[in-house]
Amino acid sequence: MSELISAEARSWIGREGEPVHIEVNRSDIIKYSISTEQQQEKFLKGDEAPAMFLFGALRPIAPLSELGPDGLPEDSFLPDLPLKRVMAGGTEMTFHRSIYPGDKLVATRSLADLIEKQGSTGPLIFVVYNLRVETEAGELVMEEKQTRIMR
Amino acid sequence: MSDIDISNLSVGEALPERQHTATNVSLFCYNAAIWNPHRIHYDEPYTKNVEKHPGVVIDGPLQGDWLNQVVVNWMGDDATLVQFNYSNRRASYIGETLTSGGSITAIDPTTGIVEMDVFIKNENGDVITPGTARVRFG
Repeated sequence: MSELISAEARSWIGREGEPVHIEVNRSDIIKYSISTEQQQEKFLKGDEAPAMFLFGALRPIAPLSELGPDGLPEDSFLPDLPLKRVMAGGTEMTFHRSIYPGDKLVATRSLADLIEKQGSTGPLIFVVYNLRVETEAGELVMEEKQTRIMR
Repeated sequence: MSDIDISNLSVGEALPERQHTATNVSLFCYNAAIWNPHRIHYDEPYTKNVEKHPGVVIDGPLQGDWLNQVVVNWMGDDATLVQFNYSNRRASYIGETLTSGGSITAIDPTTGIVEMDVFIKNENGDVITPGTARVRFG
């Protein structure tokens, strides 16, 4: 197998991204709950956030001038890899605490691994991130292992 | 909301199924809510001509949320979702009706932990987004 992952890219393993701070807002929970067809009152009224709400709440919010031709901002927390097309891989989430309006959260992402694989249509690189979400007071809220597939 | 007694559950038991048919409007609202400007979720000519999909793409994480709801709508307020995994194996496009569901794979009465497989199936019955969940009762 050819070596697709450069030494420079490998040196990213273990690196931590800039922490992201968010404040959870009731109307954001309501919009999320309506658009995902939630059925429970507590979610539809925004009293509590559905578990997957964090996925949206932690997405980057970039100026329009930084959005690429596909509409997405470039992710600066990704080493230079020879494969450029991104696919969603899997996600593994462990929940420690529910999320409520007014919560002030801090999310930190680290690059856990880069794995080269041979797919049926060619080489793939699995980019594995660990995400840790805590309250500003330091209480653990959620841990997630995210895999992004480059092809 | 269901009121579940863990001693009445059995391995293999199915969780309630539900159908989801995303539309241009529902996908617009979802992608606005999560602030996702990726054009494959609203710009059909771009999606077909540039990214070579047969149609506007239903977000993978939206299917992840539907999977999550299979579990939390079934378990009720007396249980806690501890762990949830899923992977998007195959893309899905606007116009398709997807079915979510699941089944119990393990029950531990001493810890109150119940494990389950969950799935999103397309209209052909193929599982396009499989997942697992772990729930704690009591």
